[in-house]
Amino acid sequence: MKIDISWRFVRVWQRNLAVYRTSWKINFLPPFLEPLFYLIAFGVGFSGLIGNIRYGTTQVSYVSFIAPALVAINIMNNSFFESTYGSFVRMYYQKTFEAMMATPLNAEEIITGEIVWGATKAVIGTVIMLVVISFFGLVSYPVALLIIPVSFLGGIAFGAVGMCFTALVKTIDLFNLPVFLFVTPMFLFGGTFFPLAGLPVWAQQVALILPLTHLVNVVRALNYGLFNSDVVIGIVYLAVFSLLTMPFALSRMQRRLIK
Amino acid sequence: MDNDQTLIKATNLKKSFGDFVAVREISFTVEKGVCFGFLGPNGAGKTSTIKMIYGASPVTAGDLFVFGLDIKTQARAIKSRIGVCQQENTLDPDLNVLQNFEIFASYFNIDKKTAQDRTMELLHFFALEQRRNSKVAELSGGMVRRLIIARALINQPELLILDEPTIGLDPQSRHQVWDKLEALKQQGLTILLTTHYMDEAASLCDELVIMDNGTILAQGSPQALISKYTGHHIIEVTEPGPDLVKYIQGKDVWQENLGHRLIIYAAEEHDLYRDLCSRFANKDCLLRSASLEDVFLILTGRELRE
Repeated sequence: MKIDISWRFVRVWQRNLAVYRTSWKINFLPPFLEPLFYLIAFGVGFSGLIGNIRYGTTQVSYVSFIAPALVAINIMNNSFFESTYGSFVRMYYQKTFEAMMATPLNAEEIITGEIVWGATKAVIGTVIMLVVISFFGLVSYPVALLIIPVSFLGGIAFGAVGMCFTALVKTIDLFNLPVFLFVTPMFLFGGTFFPLAGLPVWAQQVALILPLTHLVNVVRALNYGLFNSDVVIGIVYLAVFSLLTMPFALSRMQRRLIK
Repeated sequence: MDNDQTLIKATNLKKSFGDFVAVREISFTVEKGVCFGFLGPNGAGKTSTIKMIYGASPVTAGDLFVFGLDIKTQARAIKSRIGVCQQENTLDPDLNVLQNFEIFASYFNIDKKTAQDRTMELLHFFALEQRRNSKVAELSGGMVRRLIIARALINQPELLILDEPTIGLDPQSRHQVWDKLEALKQQGLTILLTTHYMDEAASLCDELVIMDNGTILAQGSPQALISKYTGHHIIEVTEPGPDLVKYIQGKDVWQENLGHRLIIYAAEEHDLYRDLCSRFANKDCLLRSASLEDVFLILTGRELRE
């Protein structure tokens, strides 16, 4: 089947935005509270045990080391969980896609709308988190503002890969597999809570294959006001990753939705 | 070539899923302004057929033209001119009734003002105005069904497609749905529906096809099908005695012996009925009009479908 996407995918995005707006106060809470809790727990409670962390040739405090990682993790979670559990519920239980398929919308537009929406949620979460983290004095503006467009790119990458899983799983419980084998290892070992250098060499190489490691690298550098090779490599990686996962997600979902 | 009155033209239309053939090269045409029914047991290929018509399922082989447009190349244009009411509840549970309509309208690129006006008109027509701010989960089955039909009309379609429109509804709700469909028919809307309810097909459809195993077994108006396949009257004898069975077998009439029930397709034979009553004084002997259900059972058999 050929891929045919028009700007109508925006209609699907708007539908999700309308739902989001009906409960925006609740939706705003996680990206607001999560960094707060982490920064208090790790920054106040934990960092006394650790001291500073080496970043390149300088030293940074543990709190300022993990703050950008929290932003990156939030980008991953927002878009990945939206295009897995969220999209699966709309597709399988709510028959939302079925209703859309009987209108001028086609499967590719529905899926594109879903992925772009997940990326949008990642952007919203990122903006809220940056505001919170800024109060701790941990963000170097204006370069750090580039984190916002990066969060959209990261959202597309994680949304598209999530949608690939959605196209493949038979039941919603099976999402446990990608969550525990893909998301959780990245969350723990992607240079998030300790530097990659703390891992054996082979594990560092594995980590560099995974998208969160690159997203963390980009966000961390931009957060410190740096535009270094980490940023360039990471952005190229995320773009290529999206270009590979997006067509796969679209064609697999097409196969799943059109019988 | 077709005249302007032809809305749907299917020629040797086929649908298969792997090795399974759901629709076997069927041909039919639907004229403008009629209510056209697909009647058949579960798995007959009704839903597969209409899914091809509304572009949700690709045609495996054959030709299908809707509004004179080829579904294979112009699905989007066709979909923008039809309204579809699917079998399952496809209302958006995350949204209230009004939002359901307005957002559904946006999928057709209908501007907000027009969508709002049409929504109020449709809710009024289906007597659901007081439910406009309700959540979908708060609505009864009958209301949900009427809302889905109402929502399917938001783009002012030229063709309304309904897949089992009254499945699972109580008699009151069914009749309410029928009333509304009848009214839409009066307004000149072309309606295509699938059903396995005989009374529904008989009361709503001007023309219908009876499908089984992916093929069309018969086509015509309900009355024409009844007179063609069963005659006008049927005598049914419950628990027939052996002498009655023997007597009837001696007569040259079409009959079906189901063991506990004997069915005699008697055309206009009131005499036979009187004859049976007087000879056998059987209180379980019943003379009734033939119905679409008789036609259906004759054509599709009495075996259970699983």
